[in-house]
Amino acid sequence: MNSQLPILLVIVPLLAAPLCLFIKKPTLVWLFASIVSVLALLFSLIILSQVWETGELVYSLGGWQAPIGIEYRIDLLNAYLSVIVAALACICLLAAYKSIGEEIKKGKQTLFYVTFLLCLAGMLGVVVTGDVFNLFVFMEIAALSSYVLIAMGKNRKALIASLTYLLVGTLGATFILIGIGLVYMLTGSLNMQDLSVLLLSAPQSNTLFTAFTFFFVGTCLKLALFPLHWWLPNAYTYAPSIVSVFLAATATKIAIYILLRVIFSLFGSEFSYHTLPLQNILMTLGLAGILVCSVIAIFQQDLKQIFAYSSVAQVAYMMLALGMNNISGLMATLLHLFNHALMKGALFLALACIMYRLKSVQLSDIAGLGWQMPWTMAAIVIAGFSLIGLPLTVGFISKWYMLLASFENAWQPIALVILFGSLLAAVYIWRIVEKAYFSPLTTNNQHIKEAPLALLVPTWLLVLANLYFGIDTRFSLSISLHTAQMLLGVAP
Amino acid sequence: MTYLSDISSLQLLVILPVFACLAMACTRKLKNACELMSIGTGLVLVLVTCQLWHNFSLANQVKVEWIELIPGLTLSLSLTPLGLLFALAASTLWLTTALYAIGYLRALQEHSQTRFYQFFALAMTAVMGIAFADNLLTLYVFYELLTLTTFPLVVHSGKETAVRGGRVYFAFLLFTSVLFFLLAIVGTWFIGGSLDFTPGGLLNRPIMNTGALSAASLLLPLFVLGIGKAAVFPFYQWLPAAMVAPTPVSALLHAVAVVKGGVFTLLKVCLYIFGTDVLVELPSQQFMLYLAGFSILFASFMALQQDNLKKRLAYSTISQLGYISMGALLANGSAILGASMHLVVHAFGKITLFFCAGAILVATNKTLISDMTGLGRQMPFTMVAFFIGSLTIIGLPPAAGLWSKWYLLQGAMTAEQWLLILVLAFSSILNIFYLLPIPIRAFFSPAAAITVKPPVNRVPTSMVLSIAFSSTVCLVLFFLPESLFQLAQAILIRSGQ
Amino acid sequence: MNILESFNYWIVMALMMCGLYIMIAQGNLIKKIVGLTIFQTSVFIFYISMAKVTGATAPIIKEGLELYSNPLPHVLILTAIVVGISTTALALALVIRIRQAYGTIEEDEIRAKDRLE
Repeated sequence: MNSQLPILLVIVPLLAAPLCLFIKKPTLVWLFASIVSVLALLFSLIILSQVWETGELVYSLGGWQAPIGIEYRIDLLNAYLSVIVAALACICLLAAYKSIGEEIKKGKQTLFYVTFLLCLAGMLGVVVTGDVFNLFVFMEIAALSSYVLIAMGKNRKALIASLTYLLVGTLGATFILIGIGLVYMLTGSLNMQDLSVLLLSAPQSNTLFTAFTFFFVGTCLKLALFPLHWWLPNAYTYAPSIVSVFLAATATKIAIYILLRVIFSLFGSEFSYHTLPLQNILMTLGLAGILVCSVIAIFQQDLKQIFAYSSVAQVAYMMLALGMNNISGLMATLLHLFNHALMKGALFLALACIMYRLKSVQLSDIAGLGWQMPWTMAAIVIAGFSLIGLPLTVGFISKWYMLLASFENAWQPIALVILFGSLLAAVYIWRIVEKAYFSPLTTNNQHIKEAPLALLVPTWLLVLANLYFGIDTRFSLSISLHTAQMLLGVAP
Repeated sequence: MTYLSDISSLQLLVILPVFACLAMACTRKLKNACELMSIGTGLVLVLVTCQLWHNFSLANQVKVEWIELIPGLTLSLSLTPLGLLFALAASTLWLTTALYAIGYLRALQEHSQTRFYQFFALAMTAVMGIAFADNLLTLYVFYELLTLTTFPLVVHSGKETAVRGGRVYFAFLLFTSVLFFLLAIVGTWFIGGSLDFTPGGLLNRPIMNTGALSAASLLLPLFVLGIGKAAVFPFYQWLPAAMVAPTPVSALLHAVAVVKGGVFTLLKVCLYIFGTDVLVELPSQQFMLYLAGFSILFASFMALQQDNLKKRLAYSTISQLGYISMGALLANGSAILGASMHLVVHAFGKITLFFCAGAILVATNKTLISDMTGLGRQMPFTMVAFFIGSLTIIGLPPAAGLWSKWYLLQGAMTAEQWLLILVLAFSSILNIFYLLPIPIRAFFSPAAAITVKPPVNRVPTSMVLSIAFSSTVCLVLFFLPESLFQLAQAILIRSGQ
Repeated sequence: MNILESFNYWIVMALMMCGLYIMIAQGNLIKKIVGLTIFQTSVFIFYISMAKVTGATAPIIKEGLELYSNPLPHVLILTAIVVGISTTALALALVIRIRQAYGTIEEDEIRAKDRLE
């Protein structure tokens, strides 16, 4: 059974998706989808513990051995990400019953769950596969389903946002496809493990350089690195609330995973950091992203826009840490993959609660809400603390390692900018807190009750996770350390 | 009488107020419940702290490790003489303030009293955590916690002015702690390899060996500016802004807990991170001393110009904090003695002054000094207490301020900082000018100038008791300073003097 | 001579740039999708032309024939074409919905309508 787990992780949601169509009642569809996601979470946790104990898990599709056949190869990085994706999917589906029930028409709710499961399957596929083209296919499965999910938003702007995301995302995917083609031309192999060996000994030609560049730009389009980020804010804002939660927590992480694989597994860090001036590029774009997007977030009127721009800034943090090219930096990136999923998941879920009661997430509409919906706003406050990076939250741990990484590179001014970014985050969190707690209650808000338990429980699960993993850091730290050492090829 | 081991006592001091807060949440509906619990918790804290003091000896190590946040860095508590000093002052004054607050909140019929007591308790946890922190990381955690828990107290009234004041408060404290303090902490970790408070200074060995004096020199200003709670110029604005808080909050937190937490942190950093040997070698030490000196004078001048009593007291606090910061930065034997003693003495003196300000507010609804001429006839007790408090701050006998200022002056002389001696002397004169006129005009102004005509409200008994207690301690510490002195000396021994 | 030998790459690049330009410059949403399709097609041609071995025949085993073109890229492209078709279909469906919601499929008109809101 254990050896079948890698393929089961992908197959179960993939097959479950069309099966949803046979179930008539939306409640049962939701139940079915939730059970599938819990199964996926269980599988990913078992895989993680197994990989932690014994090392890589390998599964060859159809019994065809690599490098001819497609194989699934799970090491610590894959397992870590699969847990993040599956856990967030579980929590989203837990909250989806009420939230989607409110935001999507009854007839279309089944289709929502179908698409959600397809998206989950696609993301899990990206994370477990060991074949580059298979990666592309699953990436597109996940992307197409997310375009559909976004387009289900109530506002007609969701359609435009989805189309923009489609155009940009397909552009990025096609660039990656070109990269794959070039790499195939050079080596004749599509297996990632194989490529890592072959590419090392490949002649240093323009083709190699071009391939790397196409991969890099393609993934940057997908992960919304400033300035290629313009599709993200609208996509997250106008999507249904649960979709925003799921995408904010996972979509960009998957793209970062692909970038990590490209840099470290395919091309090797030696090559990657020296062909392109990767350190300079990532550092510059990262810094620009942090500062510019945080400032833009401060001036937004729509709460979801604030957090969408905040997400772009957080991705920029991860890229900055990646650009440091040392163990602490890579650890910071990996930590932040997990921590940001927790933070943004909690924030967007709290916004889902507000949307459920208020039918709006405009800053002007939440006046005085802190007293009507105390638990929801408290969730935003605590997750906000995590975003700022106050101690005892997960955000502090990521910030610490980023600061350590910049000190190791003797880039102290960068450390100052990282901290300044935290202060900018404090400003937009403060704006929300001030409106919610210190503005007089509007007549509209006087009869607003607290969000239903079905929405509050998942929100607070994530908030408590923020606090728990900020105090008991063994899980995320040990995995990040080992993964970073493995990727950089340093002995533990 | 040892019912509790020292280790359990240490943890109890930090955790008990949290339970008190939760208990208050559960018993919201019961009348007087939160007040009883406040007093009760305060009593327990004082008793446990006294027991720790009783059992204290430099020989045995009392340390408890909670959890490892980052490999090599744990959240841990330990008992040190400096921490004990701070905890004693803080717990005693918390009990006093809790008593005071009962009368004050009832007299003014403040809203949301339960919430007030809850955050009051949580702030105490943070203070205890700061006092007993074993390493910089633990201290930073509780330092930020203090900012977060005192914020709702500052904006308690919910009015526009309170929110604006709260915004300044939060902005300044967060800005300094995130941008400078955290940076300095990471820098220390990077240079020193650890964040433990080490007798003799953590950076003593690595600095002396590798000659990384310039790096440490950069760290010092980062610490001084980053510890915003010490209100060193130019990051002092939050203190006057926080005066929008109810008087018990201003009294305890901004005369005792928050600001003392700040200078306590600075003392710990100077003594146990840098160490006295390293500190005198750093080129930036001189600049920081001048900054502290400037802070003292600037705040004194600003105090002179304030007509609002609480604002004047706030600027006076900034000035007095400058004294302690200066003592910490001078880092020789007398300076450390003076700084530690002033920590306690100023706490009692300032809280007396704030209590009197609150009593005046309750009795006559006045906040401006110009309205308080002739008040001595109506409120003799309050004004006498005010007088004693002023003497403490100025440093004149028979109030305890004399001893601490004496040692600070000696410290400056030992270090041959003649400019600073001038600053100290001049500032003491300024202290006289901005504090003494208040009680003098209250008692000795001619009958024609009396502006207080309508009958005054009765000042609640609990407030009177608190004022009596704190002013008595000011006098007692003058006549019997030995125990305070002993504890301060223990600090010296531990820091390797 | 080099240019003539690698003429397929030149064509691929030309198509790619055309496609990109159309995507960016055209305001009509359908035309944008056309641009996207052209862009994707250029990549397909890239793969297929890469697979061709000079003097080889189609990769179907037949007696007497020795040299076959590389079948793997053909397979990859079939998959990529399917992905491309799904994307185009989804994009066209979105455009239909946009037409229903906005009454137009010109980008600047849509933006103007959004700004009015």
